[in-house]
Amino acid sequence: MSAAAATAGEWPLWEVFVRSRRGLSHAHVGSLHAPDAEMALRNARDLYTRRQEGVSIWVVPAAAITASSPDEKDAFFDPAADKVYRHPTFYAVPDGVEHL
Amino acid sequence: MYGNDFGPPEPAGVTAAGPADLGGEDDATFLALIDADARVEPRDQMPGAYRASLIRQIAQHAHSEIIGMQPEGNWIGRAPSLKRKAILLAKVQDEAGHGLYLYAAAETLGVDRSELLDKLHSGRQKYSSIFNYPTLTWADMGAIGWLVDGAAIVNQVPITRCSYGPYARAMVRICKEESFHQRQGFEILHTLSNGTSAQQAMAQDAVDRWWWPSLMMFGPPDDASPNSERSMRWGIKRFSNDELRQRFVDMTVPQSQALGLTLPDPELSLDESAGHWRTGPIDFRELFEVIGGNGPCNAARLAHRRAAHERGQWVRDAAAAFAAKHATDAQGAA
Repeated sequence: MSAAAATAGEWPLWEVFVRSRRGLSHAHVGSLHAPDAEMALRNARDLYTRRQEGVSIWVVPAAAITASSPDEKDAFFDPAADKVYRHPTFYAVPDGVEHL
Repeated sequence: MYGNDFGPPEPAGVTAAGPADLGGEDDATFLALIDADARVEPRDQMPGAYRASLIRQIAQHAHSEIIGMQPEGNWIGRAPSLKRKAILLAKVQDEAGHGLYLYAAAETLGVDRSELLDKLHSGRQKYSSIFNYPTLTWADMGAIGWLVDGAAIVNQVPITRCSYGPYARAMVRICKEESFHQRQGFEILHTLSNGTSAQQAMAQDAVDRWWWPSLMMFGPPDDASPNSERSMRWGIKRFSNDELRQRFVDMTVPQSQALGLTLPDPELSLDESAGHWRTGPIDFRELFEVIGGNGPCNAARLAHRRAAHERGQWVRDAAAAFAAKHATDAQGAA
């Protein structure tokens, strides 16, 4: 996201998150190119909220996102796989017991 | 608006390869994902040919959206009322937006947008041949919305379930916006066909000119569509060209009756036992002529696109310079 990148042929890539209405989280809607954050916001408004799809927008430089690797998918998420006792359905409830 | 995946194959070595692409086309993990009707996401392993095929199709689709701005942009200054002008502007702006959603989806496959634009400008990647026809009268805005966008919707709705996640998600947004495009076109024709005899004639003339090219938007017949089988296996394509074309015909014939306009096909008839409308033979030589560069507007469309890109260079340069200056200022302040 350096100035050098901005002056090169391709503007940096931004990921766009839109809060569709109050009470909901921002959700990823797509990406776009823009020379800086301010233009990224304006472009995001024009591109992703032409029909009032949002009340708030975040733009994040794509290069700033750290993601888990798909290659280590299984190992990375394995610790949660054998802990069924974290779900309420794991527990037996006697017949007739309510509100539990 | 619309993209289709047919035309000459690209020369070898022009598409991006991911860092860990699979050589074979029958990788078990990948095919298991496809068979489970799960979605492939950008950083997953995938066959190189799957990636190349998607880049080609998504790029061609994106190019179609932005070239598709031209035939309608031609009438913005001459729309018959302020209302029609506002509608047409919104529609053309949507086409630009659709192009951008799709370029962004293509980029998740590891290709640069500038590279895709280069290929469009140099004629190495195609766009839908429908945009190589001229828009001669105001009624063409109606016929394009009703027939061309109508065909596009039939083609695009199944792509919302495409196996490649970013393409499918872009298509969900596009399909939502596309239905206004079709309705406004139908309304233009409906208004004209209920108007003066000159307006009726103008509407009929537009339908006469756009009907056959719209049917060709679905591509060659199934027995002459070499890439289809693999695209179906990979969940990129869900229905064959002929199935989608038939769906469009069945949907459109009753609408033409509601408009009081005729479709220019003397052989068009209802096959009552099958419940389908059957068209006369489609002259696909015309399709291949137009794809091959010999349509009425091929040269003009590309020349206009290149000129627009070149004339926008100073805007891109200025925005980049402004961003660079402010980045430097921010560093100085810190």
